[in-house]
Amino acid sequence: MDQLYKNLADSIRKSSADSHAGDVMVVGGGVSGVQASLDLAASGFKVYLVDRAPAIGGKMAQLDKTFPTNDCSI
Amino acid sequence: MEGEAGEFNVTLIKKPRYIEEEKCTGCGACVEYCPIKVEDEYNQNLSLNKAIHIYFSQAVPLVTYIDAKKCSFLKNEKCAICEGICKNNAIDLCQKPEKIEVEVGAIVLSPGYEIFDPKLQGNYGYGTMQNVVTSLDFERILCSTGPYEGEIRRPSDRKHPHKIAWIQCVGSRQVIPGGNSYCSAVCCAYTQKQVILTKDHDAQAECTIFHNDVRSFGKDFERFYQRAEKLPGIRFIRSYVSIGKEIPETKNVTIRYSTYEDGVKEEEFDLVVLSVGLNPPDDVKDLAKKFSIDLTPQGFCKTNPINPIETSRRGIFVSGAFQGPIDIPESIVTASGADALCSQLLAYRRGELSTEREYPQERNVSGEKPRVGVFVCHCGANIGRVVNVPSVAEYASGLKNVVYAEEALFACATDTAKKIAETIREKGLNRVVVAACTPRTHEPLFRDTLREGGINPYYFEMANIREHCSWVHAREKEMATRKAKDIVRMAVARATRLEPLKEFQLPVDKRALVVGGGVAGMTSALSLADQGFEVYLVERDSELGGVARKIHFTLEGLDVQEYLNDLVGKVYRHPLLHVITDVTITTVSGYVGNFATTLKAGWMAREIRHGIAIIATGAEEYKPAEYLYGKEDRVLTQVELGERIARGEEGLINSQCLVMIQCVGCRNEERNYCSRVCCGHSVKNALKLKEINPRMDIYILYRDMRTYGLAEDSYREAANRDVKFIRYEPENKPQVEAVEEGGHRILRVTVADPVLGQKLEIDADLLALAAAVVPLATNAEISRFFKVALNPDGFFQEAHVKLRPVDFAAEGVFLCGMAHYPKHLSETISQAYGAAGRAATILSKDSITASGAVCEVKESDCVSCGVCLSVCACGAIEFRDTPQGKKAWVNSVLCEGDGLCTAKCPTGAIQLKHFTDEELVAQIDAAVGET
Repeated sequence: MDQLYKNLADSIRKSSADSHAGDVMVVGGGVSGVQASLDLAASGFKVYLVDRAPAIGGKMAQLDKTFPTNDCSI
Repeated sequence: MEGEAGEFNVTLIKKPRYIEEEKCTGCGACVEYCPIKVEDEYNQNLSLNKAIHIYFSQAVPLVTYIDAKKCSFLKNEKCAICEGICKNNAIDLCQKPEKIEVEVGAIVLSPGYEIFDPKLQGNYGYGTMQNVVTSLDFERILCSTGPYEGEIRRPSDRKHPHKIAWIQCVGSRQVIPGGNSYCSAVCCAYTQKQVILTKDHDAQAECTIFHNDVRSFGKDFERFYQRAEKLPGIRFIRSYVSIGKEIPETKNVTIRYSTYEDGVKEEEFDLVVLSVGLNPPDDVKDLAKKFSIDLTPQGFCKTNPINPIETSRRGIFVSGAFQGPIDIPESIVTASGADALCSQLLAYRRGELSTEREYPQERNVSGEKPRVGVFVCHCGANIGRVVNVPSVAEYASGLKNVVYAEEALFACATDTAKKIAETIREKGLNRVVVAACTPRTHEPLFRDTLREGGINPYYFEMANIREHCSWVHAREKEMATRKAKDIVRMAVARATRLEPLKEFQLPVDKRALVVGGGVAGMTSALSLADQGFEVYLVERDSELGGVARKIHFTLEGLDVQEYLNDLVGKVYRHPLLHVITDVTITTVSGYVGNFATTLKAGWMAREIRHGIAIIATGAEEYKPAEYLYGKEDRVLTQVELGERIARGEEGLINSQCLVMIQCVGCRNEERNYCSRVCCGHSVKNALKLKEINPRMDIYILYRDMRTYGLAEDSYREAANRDVKFIRYEPENKPQVEAVEEGGHRILRVTVADPVLGQKLEIDADLLALAAAVVPLATNAEISRFFKVALNPDGFFQEAHVKLRPVDFAAEGVFLCGMAHYPKHLSETISQAYGAAGRAATILSKDSITASGAVCEVKESDCVSCGVCLSVCACGAIEFRDTPQGKKAWVNSVLCEGDGLCTAKCPTGAIQLKHFTDEELVAQIDAAVGET
C-alpha cells in the first residue's frame, strides 16, 4: 500500500512540473469557496480557486455587517 | 471537465480583464480619468462607477478591470485614455480570452446562490417604484462603501427615509408562478439585523416588518429577534401584504395589510425593503451539465442523503448555498467539510505540491533608535464617521519617535498591508502602530505585515480606536477624536519599548481524540481516520450511536437505524480508529499538538496522547414538566412518538385524534432559545401517521412553524393532507386536562385560536410534545477539562459564530453536533466533516508555531515562594535546582501568556514578555502625562 502511494506521489510530483497541476479546484470564490480553499491549503493541498467575477468575495462581500456580532463582512 | 476522481482535467476560459494583473498597482488613476460612467454592479446599480474600475475597495485581487460592454474603445475603438494614464503600462486593450487547462484530483463546487428577482412578480413594484428596494440593495445602502457612503437614503430623492417597511418571504414560501416553494432560511435573521443597523443609524426611524412565521431557529437567533423586537419604534406585524400605490408627489409607497384586530389597512412608507430569498445560481443547469452532477427539482445540488457535501459524482463535492438555502456559518462548516472529504480522497498526495511561504530576512534593529510608523484606519465608516482620522494621523506624526504617520480607508486591505510593508522598508521603520480595530482579529495579519517588511513581528502594537473609542462614543465625536489621540499616544509609548521575540516550533502529535460516540463523533472520527490519522473515539455509554439510536426516520425518508448500524460497523472496522466505550475523562493536560488525556473505565485508568480534540458530546431531549407529561401515559415527547411509530403500535395507529404542542420547554425564560429541530420532527411524525392512517385527526399547535429551508415543502404537504395547524400566543398557552367521558379517559386540549378569535376544545387520544433539546449537564466538566467556553444556554461556544463555527477559542479543540446547538442529522453530519477538516489543518502539519509572548523568570530576583506555581492555570511553572537553590522555571511551551504569575510574584521576578512592566508603565505614563 505504502509503495503504491509512493508511486502515485512520485507521478504527481512529475506532473506538477507542468504548471497547471493542482490537488483541488474550488469553483466559486464566495465565503464558502474561500474557506474551503484556505482549509485545503492549510491541509497541504495545492488549490485552484476560480470565480467568474473580477474579485473573490461573492455575495458576502456585498453585505454591510453580519449578524449577530455586527462585524463588518469584509 | 473530463476525467474522474483523482484525475480531473478542467478547461477554463479566463475572461480578459484588459489589464495585466502583475503590473496594475490598483492606484485608480485610470478610473479617475475614464470618461464612461456605468452603473456599479457591486452597489446593486444604485450608484455609478467607470467603465474601468476596481470591483470594490477591498477586492482581491486589487486590480482594475474593464467592462467590455461599456468601454468606448472596446465597443468602437474610441478613447483609450486609460492606456495613456497608466504609469505602469498595465492596460492591454487587445487582451484575448485565455484558455487554461488544469489537472486536479478533486473539485469543490461553491457557486453560491442568486437572489430572487422580484421583477419576476410585477406586483412588488420593484423596478417601477424607485423606493422599493431589495434587501441586498439595502445592504449596500447601509454600507459605508455603498452608494450613499453609509447614510441611509432612498433612491428617489436621496432623502433620509423615516418610515421603512420590510416585506418578508419575497419569492419564498410561494407556490405561485415565479416564486419558490421553499423557505430561504436566512431572511428573518438578516431583516432583524437590518432593522437593528437602521436604528443604529437613525434612532428615530420607524421600522415595520410584515412577516409570516418568524424563523429564528439558529444559535442565538431568538435573542437577536427579541433585541430587534424590543427596540422603540419597531412593529412586527404578522400579515400577508400587497403593494398599494406610489404617491406621485412624494414617491412614497403604500402597503395594504390586515390584522385580526383592525382588519384591512393601507399605510404609507418612505421606503420599502423586499426581503428576497435565495435562488440557485443562474447558470446552474449549465454548471450541472459541465460537471455531470444531478440537481434537485428546485435547482440546487443533489447530494448524498447521508452526506450533504457529496454530489452525485465521485470526487466532486459541494459547499455553501448550492446545497440549498443555508446561512454563513453553515457555508463555512460545509467548506471545511469539503476540505475533509477532499483530504480523504487525496490523502496520499498531501503536501506534495504545496510550498512554504517565504519571508524576507529579519533585520536586526536592536542597536537602532525607535523609528515608529503610525497607520490610522477609517475602517470604512466604522471609525471615520466618529473619529476625525486625518487629525489623529497628523497628531501622531508629531509624537516623539514617530517618523511616519498616515491614514488608510481599510488598513487591513491587502494593498494597504502591502504598502505598510513597503513603508517599513523605505522609511526604515523599526516599530509599527496601527490604530484601527481589535488585535483579537487583526493582530496576526499586521504581525505578518511586519515580517513582510523585514522586522520582528513583535515590534507591532495595535491601538484599538474602534471598540474602545468610535463604537462606544458614537455621539461624542470631538471627545472621541481626543480619546483616539490618547490611545495612539499610549500605543506609541509602548511600541518604543517593545522587544523582538522568538516564536517556538512545537511538534504535533498526529493522533486525534474524539469525545462522544454519536453520529457527530463517529463521522468526524471516521473522516480523520480515512485521512490517515490515528483516532481515539471515546464514549461514556457502552454503545455507540447517541441520540440517533432513538430516531428511526428523517423528514427526507432516511432509515436512520440502517445508516447508524452501517456507520458503527465502519467505525469498528477501521484499522486507525480505536473505540473506547464505558469511559469517562478524568484529566486533560497539554496544549495544541500535544494533549494528554486520562480516561477511566471502572478501576482502570489510561492516558492517551493526542494533537487535537473534537468535542461531540451531543445533547438530550427535555423531560417536560408541562401538559401532564409523566402523569398521563398518553402524553409523549416527539422522540417517543417517533419510536412508537417505528414499532407500529396499534393503539397509536388506531388513534382518532392526536394533538401536538410545539415549543415545550424552550423559547421561554428558562431556555431562551429555539430548539430548531422540533417543527421538522412534528411535521415528519404527522406525515408518517397520515400515511399509515389517513383518517387520523392531527392538530399541531405552534407559535411559529420553523420548517426552514427545503423542509417547508413538507409543512405544506402536511397542511394539504389535512393536518391542522393552529397558532397560539405564548401568553395564552394551550391547556390540557384529563377528563372522563362516556366511560373512557380523554385528553382535553383547549387552545385560543387567534385567527378565529375563539377558544377551541380538542379531545385527543394522544398528545405529543415537541420537547426542547437541552444541553448535557456534563458539559460544564468537559468545558473545564478542555478550557473551552459554554454559552448562556449551556451549549458549547464556538470561537466565532460566523467565521469559526467549529473551532473553539482554545487552539486545537473543535466542536460538532448537538453539543454546539440542536440540529438535524444531515446538519450534524456536515458539521462533523467540518470539524474533521479543521482538525486536519493542524494534524497535517509536523509542527506548529507558538507565541513568543510567554513568561520568564529572572532567577536572581526569585525568592522561591512558590506563589507563581499555585496560580498558574496551565501548569507551566516548576521549581528547578540551581546553584543558588530552587528557583521557579517556566516551560515556555506550556505557558499561555495569561500573566497570572506576574501579577502575584512579590518581587517582580517573573515578567510576561511583550507585556513587561516597562512596556505597560510607559503606556500608562503616556496616558496620564499629556492630555
